[in-house]
Amino acid sequence: MSEYQLQEIPVGPYRHLVSERAVSGETMLLNMGPQHPSTHGVLRLLLELDGEVVVNCIPDIGFLHTGVEKNMEAKTYQKAEVMTDRLDYMNNMGNNLAYVMAVEKLVDLDVPPRAQALRVILTELQRIASHLVWLGTSGLDLAAMSMFLYCFREREIILDIFELVSGQRMMVTYFRPGGVWRDVPVEFEAAVRNFIKIFPKRIDEYEALLTKNPLWLDRMVGIGKLDAATALQHGVTGPMLRASGVNWDLRKTRPYAGYEQYDFNVPVETKGDTYARYIVRVQELRESLKIVEQALNKLPLGPVHSDNRKFVPPPRSEIGTSMEALIHHFKLWTEGFPAPKASVYSAIESPRGELGVYLEGDGGPKPYRVHWRTPSFDNLSVISKIVKGHLVADLIAILASTDIVLGDIDR
Amino acid sequence: MGVEQKLGNLGIVTTTLETTVNWARTNAMWPMLFGLACCAIEMMSAQAADYDMSRFGMELMRPSPRQSDLMIVAGRVSRKMAPVLRRLYDQMPEPKWVIAMGDCASCGGVFNNYAVVQGVDEVVPVDVYVAGCPPRPEALIHGVVTLFEKVKGEKFKDLVKA
Amino acid sequence: MDNRLEKIVKVLQEKAGAAYEEFRGEVHVFIAPGQIVDALTFLRDEHQFSLLSAMTAVDYWPKQDPRFHVIYQLTSLTQNLSLQLRVPVSGGLLKLPTATQVFQSANWREREIFDMFGIEFEGHPDPRRILMPDDWEGHPLRKDYPLGYEEPQFTFNFEEIDLRKPYAKE
Repeated sequence: MSEYQLQEIPVGPYRHLVSERAVSGETMLLNMGPQHPSTHGVLRLLLELDGEVVVNCIPDIGFLHTGVEKNMEAKTYQKAEVMTDRLDYMNNMGNNLAYVMAVEKLVDLDVPPRAQALRVILTELQRIASHLVWLGTSGLDLAAMSMFLYCFREREIILDIFELVSGQRMMVTYFRPGGVWRDVPVEFEAAVRNFIKIFPKRIDEYEALLTKNPLWLDRMVGIGKLDAATALQHGVTGPMLRASGVNWDLRKTRPYAGYEQYDFNVPVETKGDTYARYIVRVQELRESLKIVEQALNKLPLGPVHSDNRKFVPPPRSEIGTSMEALIHHFKLWTEGFPAPKASVYSAIESPRGELGVYLEGDGGPKPYRVHWRTPSFDNLSVISKIVKGHLVADLIAILASTDIVLGDIDR
Repeated sequence: MGVEQKLGNLGIVTTTLETTVNWARTNAMWPMLFGLACCAIEMMSAQAADYDMSRFGMELMRPSPRQSDLMIVAGRVSRKMAPVLRRLYDQMPEPKWVIAMGDCASCGGVFNNYAVVQGVDEVVPVDVYVAGCPPRPEALIHGVVTLFEKVKGEKFKDLVKA
Repeated sequence: MDNRLEKIVKVLQEKAGAAYEEFRGEVHVFIAPGQIVDALTFLRDEHQFSLLSAMTAVDYWPKQDPRFHVIYQLTSLTQNLSLQLRVPVSGGLLKLPTATQVFQSANWREREIFDMFGIEFEGHPDPRRILMPDDWEGHPLRKDYPLGYEEPQFTFNFEEIDLRKPYAKE
């Protein structure tokens, strides 16, 4: 154990990021993470502290760098999709959607309305699940442990629905270029209706526990204020931007997957503090549930994937009878489909903000370059601005309110 | 069967020290709160109400390696994280065990590339591998129970380092 | 192309002699490395492109001569427009002026591009690696950097790989 004694962090490499007082030793450099219960993953924060007040905060990321972008270049368009689930592991359906939308835009593929509606239902359920994990873990960070147990109880219902449709709880890979993997089973509607029935009461329960709880308010109101101009300068999107008073939601401003058919509000707060972010997300839970209900009510019948056989494998029944179908199936799964030599950028509103995919093809069956514009990356970059002058305990509240996912940041 | 039948009138039971120690170790094993990636969310699910790992004496997740004796490597280990992981392992007091949770921790999983360590057994010695991407909470609990079986079979003489 | 976007592209063409291409409704404008900061400032101040949505690079080694394209994806919230600027950077001189004074979000993104592609940004306030360890060699997303594939273990080659696998000691 002797080789792991306390080590002093040298100021040298961080000289341009810390204040003069750190050099003279007046303030202390403290390492938080990468193994820390409140960093929501493997994030390292280098803090310059004056007593318990944060003078500077230097995030160090990359501890979960997985090489997804490089790995996707080595796989065909269909096979690369499994990588997308594992990026932002709270928003698997959303990542699938962002990726398949980019592929569909690149090769100009149509998606039937039933598949679009299913995509909306499942991504909105995923948004609820993601916000539930956020609410549960934030509660845990701020000493409201029962929130964690309640939120995970409801999340299990959503994961059961995902398992019903895709066979997996988290890494679903359910959306495919041109539609979805296969139609939902008959039990799907009843399962979602059951969730729609019980969930509003559960949100009321969470709100009764937290929204006016004096301890919760003390930890959150006025903490970590972020104004709209700084947020935009730092590329912050999603609930964090909307809590700062900017009404920007890609589901409204650039509707995709048929979001324009549904009636929902975009919750906007103006205070920009930790509490405002909490309010925005809790209201989003209700709005998402509204979308799910509307989409389920008018879920159209019909095919769930495009019948363009150049990109979508033929149904099982056709393979037995049609030679052409067999060839298509074989070609699609051995070679993949070619995409034009061009690039597209397509973005969706993930639970954390704008999740964009830059996809470039080179005429072959593999992507030439995939870049993920991930919301947590930018949302975290602003943290060094907003924690200045707060206590270390407030840093926990601020970090919880940014709702970062390290898989999303490090890719 | 009540405990009296075993104890008899004298209130005494004879067993070996090894069995007792191993029994104690399995029934209060404190895992380290060490989430890396996707599997960490399933590990949290395993702790939450539906699966409730505390039935196995494991409700206490310790954030500090110095207070824990089981490291559940939940997720992919990047090359940047590997030295940190090893350091945390070295900080844990003996006896200590490691569960490699999920495909990424076991063998690299789908990420066969420059950034990910191909199996955490290159960094720390692993006792139990749990397959799945991510493993369901039941699978994790099964892995833990498998580890308990292993611990119950441990002999003191094996623990003495040469 | 959208009318408003057409006007902006026309101005950019006059100011910087920029070429442009259009694909599936997206507009990509090519800007010379020296003029990128001016172009970004112009778009931000005159046309409300207040959000630098994404910034990345593409490596065209060994096919094209300006080996890299650095891409700036801009969004205007008030006009609901998107515009992509592409800056070709040749392989010999891997330097670009930094855009951090125009968009703060360029800070981490430029660090990432430096880390992954080795393109340096002159005047960057914090030129360190961001995702890879500080002592890492090479820039992983370059096309001449290997993927780092290791042979998976199956039944037929289990023992052969098992022998050379560097298992950790206690």
